[in-house]
Amino acid sequence: MILTRQDRVLVWGITGRQASFWTGHMIASGTRVVGGVHPARAGEIHLDLPVVASGRDLGFDVALLFVPPAAVLAAAADAIEAGARLLAILAEHVPLHDVLTVHALARRAGTRVVGPNTAGLVTPGAGFAGIMPAFNDRVFRPGAVGVVSRSGSLGTLICLELVRAGLGQSAFIGIGGDPVPGTSFRDALAALAADARTRAIVLVGEIGGAQEQEAAAFAQTMTKPVVAFIAGASAPPGRRMGHAGAIISGAGAGHAAKRAALERAGVRVAATPGEVPALVLAALTGSTEGEGS
Amino acid sequence: MTLLEHQGKAILAAAGLPVPPGVVSLNEAEAAAAAVRFGPVVVKAQVPAGGRGKAGGIRFAGDAAAAGRAARALLGSTIAGHTVGAVLVEPRLDIVRETYAAVVADPATRGPLILFGPQGGVDIEAIAAADGGALRRLPVDILDGPGPDALAGLVPESPAVAQVLAGLYRVWRQQRAVLVEVNPLALLADGSLVAADCKIVPDGVEAAEDGRPTPLERQARALGLQFVELDGRVGVLANGAGLTMATLDMVCHFGGDPANFLEIGGDAYTKARAALELLLAKPGLRSLVVNFCGAYARTDVMAGGVVEAWQALAPTIPVFFSVHGTGEDEAVALIGARLGITPFERAEDAVRAAVEAAR
Repeated sequence: MILTRQDRVLVWGITGRQASFWTGHMIASGTRVVGGVHPARAGEIHLDLPVVASGRDLGFDVALLFVPPAAVLAAAADAIEAGARLLAILAEHVPLHDVLTVHALARRAGTRVVGPNTAGLVTPGAGFAGIMPAFNDRVFRPGAVGVVSRSGSLGTLICLELVRAGLGQSAFIGIGGDPVPGTSFRDALAALAADARTRAIVLVGEIGGAQEQEAAAFAQTMTKPVVAFIAGASAPPGRRMGHAGAIISGAGAGHAAKRAALERAGVRVAATPGEVPALVLAALTGSTEGEGS
Repeated sequence: MTLLEHQGKAILAAAGLPVPPGVVSLNEAEAAAAAVRFGPVVVKAQVPAGGRGKAGGIRFAGDAAAAGRAARALLGSTIAGHTVGAVLVEPRLDIVRETYAAVVADPATRGPLILFGPQGGVDIEAIAAADGGALRRLPVDILDGPGPDALAGLVPESPAVAQVLAGLYRVWRQQRAVLVEVNPLALLADGSLVAADCKIVPDGVEAAEDGRPTPLERQARALGLQFVELDGRVGVLANGAGLTMATLDMVCHFGGDPANFLEIGGDAYTKARAALELLLAKPGLRSLVVNFCGAYARTDVMAGGVVEAWQALAPTIPVFFSVHGTGEDEAVALIGARLGITPFERAEDAVRAAVEAAR
């Protein structure tokens, strides 16, 4: 799920206002966008790219879905049937049963799903697919730190702190805030563990669910250092904080349980986003001290 | 919002699943009349919350007079934070065994999961936590549904239970539900099975919503904003759930007390003005930190809304900005030109300043 310069990106819903804005930035950042899909506007040219009726009408690797939640299932089914290697779903509040159906279709076809509610994928220097400020060099620069985040906005802050400290990113993987994400922290860690350019990994989690614990178990098997920040230390139990996936609903979903599981696995957990770069630098130089910046 | 027990049971009954006979009663007389029909009854407060029994929301009554008294005590009272508007009166069941049955979405397998626990009842969470093996799990392919063999394999001792599980799965699919749970699925002395309770959580953004919003939270919800009022003095406006939570964490980390959770991420980023006006209506604010990290949410658009709200309301509390990401140059220029404020380079410095100012 690491975007490469060679990946051909096809954008569902490309003619929308937001899709046009972001696709324009994607093209300007060097992303190989090959066209867009809009059944009612096939044959048009948009952003100098062909608009087609279906994913079957154009060769592509990555399907980027800019369609609204109710249209996700149909668009995803089209992308999967057309042979998408990777399917990134940006919409939030996709109906649960549609999400599960997309996952089942993708599993049968061997398509990797990222999202729903993902901010997308960024490979600084190669391009991006999604809604991240990849074109802002205060936030993203080529480097050796892989960042995996549920949240786009908090992921942006972490990337900003890394760049400010002189560290760049090998890849950003937004896994999204959906309760049933297609790509988990564990999946993203596995991809970054196998990525030659990645030397350290920052995991940006939040309260709710049990994904961070699953990731901790995997981190224990990795040789590359992992640093984490988990949002929600101050969240009152039982209140929902934005993401449907971020309600503290039971044992293990809270901040303390996630932090403890990660620290037991040797992951250094930052108290604030600003502490992350120092912990990464300490991990990369093999130091055991990693406090504060 | 979770459906009420009687609403859930009506859905189960319509799907051919066994539920006890029952009467929804809105007053004492109706409850007493139901008891005349049923004999000894149970009177159950209809509130969308678990832990009803432990909160005193379930009363047993031996005759009509007792049923009426139980209904009078429950109706209008507060059980688990909810006002009781109706009671469900059912004949008292002769239960010999309580089991647990549910259908949920499983993030690990990314599909439906049918759960069956040979031991159900009020302490199911404790039972499941103490012994994960006490709950049997059947992952299901949503395109195929659960096969009869798989269900029989899950509950080899009882074809009747397997049949109920198949029915619960059908309900879960038809309702496009997040959760269908029957606890207890009761085995009665006469050998029959019955859903003695039922919890159905429909899909939708309100599903996990807290049941008791404050007036400001209600206004926010009407505007499509996520707002949680807290007790502190440092107001927080940020975009995106993750960044907003992290900003609250920073306020606490630097020794401050956040006044709220309010995020304007996603398409709500165009509602910065309304969001800030709402937040400024909260009494007791001593300072405000505005922390924007634009990804999808454009900081120039959000900053425009903040500037408008600030100029319209002219609040006297100090405000501290950190603005980065999509649209940042335009946003920083706007805040400088209209408010005469230079945003902090680092989010943590803006938070620290807001905490300091609130002291």
